[in-house]
Amino acid sequence: MNYQWNWGVFLQPSASGDDTYLGWMFAGFKMTIGLSLSAWVIALLLGALVGVLRTVPNKVLAGFATAYVEMFRNVPLLVQLFIWYFVLPELLPTSIGDAYKQTNPVMQQFLASMVCLGLFTSARVAEQVRAGINSLPRGQKNAGLALGFTLPQTYRFVMLPMAFRLVVPPLTSEFLNIFKNSAVCSTIGLLELAAQGRQLVDYTAQPFESFIAVTLSYIIINVTVMTLMHKFERRISVPGYIGGK
Amino acid sequence: MYEFDWSSIPGALPFLWDGMKVTLVITFQAVLIGIVWGTLLAMMRLSPIKALSWFAAGYVNLFRAVPLVMVLLWFFLIVPEFVGQLFNIPRGTDMRLSSAMAGFALFESAYYSEIIRAGIQSVPKGQISAASALGMNYGQAMRLVVLPQAFRNMVPLLLTQGIILFQDTSLVYVSALADFFGAAYKVGDRDGRLVEMLLFAGVVYFVICFSASQLVKRLQKKYSTA
Amino acid sequence: MIKIANVSKHYGSFQVLTDCSTSVSKGEVIVVCGPSGSGKSTLIKCVNGLEPFQSGEITVDGTSVGDPKTNLSKLRARVGMVFQNFELFPHMSITENLAIAQVKVLGRKQDEAIDKGLKLLDRVGLKAQAHKFPGQLSGGQQQRVAIARALAMDPICMLFDEPTSALDPEMVNEVLDVMTELAKEGMTMMCVTHEMGFAKRVANRVIFMDQGRIVEDDSKEEFFANPRSERAQQFLAKILHH
Ligand SMILES: Nc1ncnc2c1ncn2[C@@H]1O[C@H](COP(=O)(O)OP(=O)(O)OP(=O)(O)O)[C@@H](O)[C@H]1O
Ligand SMILES: [Mg+2]
Repeated sequence: MNYQWNWGVFLQPSASGDDTYLGWMFAGFKMTIGLSLSAWVIALLLGALVGVLRTVPNKVLAGFATAYVEMFRNVPLLVQLFIWYFVLPELLPTSIGDAYKQTNPVMQQFLASMVCLGLFTSARVAEQVRAGINSLPRGQKNAGLALGFTLPQTYRFVMLPMAFRLVVPPLTSEFLNIFKNSAVCSTIGLLELAAQGRQLVDYTAQPFESFIAVTLSYIIINVTVMTLMHKFERRISVPGYIGGK
Repeated sequence: MYEFDWSSIPGALPFLWDGMKVTLVITFQAVLIGIVWGTLLAMMRLSPIKALSWFAAGYVNLFRAVPLVMVLLWFFLIVPEFVGQLFNIPRGTDMRLSSAMAGFALFESAYYSEIIRAGIQSVPKGQISAASALGMNYGQAMRLVVLPQAFRNMVPLLLTQGIILFQDTSLVYVSALADFFGAAYKVGDRDGRLVEMLLFAGVVYFVICFSASQLVKRLQKKYSTA
Repeated sequence: MIKIANVSKHYGSFQVLTDCSTSVSKGEVIVVCGPSGSGKSTLIKCVNGLEPFQSGEITVDGTSVGDPKTNLSKLRARVGMVFQNFELFPHMSITENLAIAQVKVLGRKQDEAIDKGLKLLDRVGLKAQAHKFPGQLSGGQQQRVAIARALAMDPICMLFDEPTSALDPEMVNEVLDVMTELAKEGMTMMCVTHEMGFAKRVANRVIFMDQGRIVEDDSKEEFFANPRSERAQQFLAKILHH
């Protein structure tokens, strides 16, 4: 195998002229991080809400929450992304749809990606939140109610603080997933890490260096997130209980 | 308002079915290889031999840290060149299907291995002691006592992972391979009916995955009461 | 104080309570006993509306529990309850456990609530543990905190659901002592328990349940001297020779 390694390629000026290839990669890195974090905010907020709704006694609310989760869990992420990106603007009322299509294409890609990743992940977050709430001893809810708390107060002061702590470790893995899943958004042309990796292969003819660099970036993101979440888990541990001392 | 026109679907059904066959082939081979290779990885990971356990840990953590899209791109853009030169395969041979199969199998093994490792660890340690007390060696104890119990506990998780894998196969889109989703996209693009074809694909995936996951749920109930 | 009249409850086709009637007057201590699954916990949870029931009526201090117009949270704030598994809130310190409902439900000031909580904590002999978390206390200590937590709400009566059955034997008495003292001070109490020594010492009446029915409802002297039903005789024989 005769391959010419050339790591210096990253410092060469890029095809667009105003940047180096390393700059391209860094732009992709920033896009991946920005996209994943903003989608994560959506996923956490919606996921917590839907997860709680799945456990409430009201059948209509709980049923709605179940339908929500099933819908986002049983359609591939790629298909969801294409529906957000290609289908939804068509289904909007013509005036809004046209106005949307006039906006900056990068903005369109980013919005579709963020909403898609956020909602997709929110369904998984909801499942973890529900599991967390259901794994609390049943007596805790009764104890809250017996003290005179209303049901919302019981969730707020008694059940959610504990469920939240139980749910952090599984949520860490969802958090990691959102960075990995963001790579799917390269398929609609969003220039995040994976897409930049592909561009680098095309432009530099140094496929190994390009892919190794991109793959390493993902590993770095992974390790960083795991380390941070570990610290966080320790900070919120409850004395005398799992993870505490 | 958008006007739906579903008329391109009936004519495209045979093509879509061909795509579905590709999807199923990739899914099933990846599940099979994933479980076999995943079991081996899990046993290595738990083995007292340091080198094996480190290799397995490295393999699993590497694949779990990298996006599937990235792994597939490696297998579509880079590995074929490499393998082609190694085995003197003529340039331009279409290796996309075999690349996809290899990529999925190796990637999913990492996830299966974690499920199987947890399953093995859920079998009480006393079972190995009991097997050893009966004169079995480590391999026998694993094969005859631990693994059968572990697999019994794991069946629902393995199946659920299979459903996820089935959905993930749509990502072969990055190589323009015509799996079910790729086929639907191509038809929609050709006929200018992308909206309808994407929605149709979504519904098909939903029906299949939802039914399968309901079946797994039922199975799980039966197992947990048995 | 507590009136239970013809209460029945079922889960689907399974009858948990059948036509139960009894009452607890102010200052009375009632012990409820009976075999496992006989519906004791269900009955006591019906009293503060933690379990709904389909027919009959329960009133606490004149308020109907089953009436949909009743504000159950308000009622429950006035009825103390102690659980088999303590159910302290693990993520709060002992002090916070004692104060939270006083502040959020009764609207007391934080320092007032803490003061009151600490006084009660002292009363159950645990003043030194105030800053700890529930997971760092023994079962008996946790249960005493749980009693203090309920008392901090100034309840008009107390419900106990097997408060000692999750405890190691050597811790049972520290909890029973607190309950005995409470009874002597005139607290109205309804206690599900199998501690017959406690019943003999402080109960006014004993209720025996079997298969969702109240089979006996006697003064304790009568109950221990000559229980009428065969089931109660068998039950007593088992429990006393244990
Ligand atoms: N949510 C429920 N659904 C169906 N049946 C239930 C439910 N909760 C309780 N039961 C049944 O109601 C019966 C009475 O239960 P309960 O907890 O009141 O018994 P208990 O007398 O307190 O028993 P123990 O001494 O074991 O605490 C039991 O047979 C139980 O199986
Ligand atoms: Mg009970």
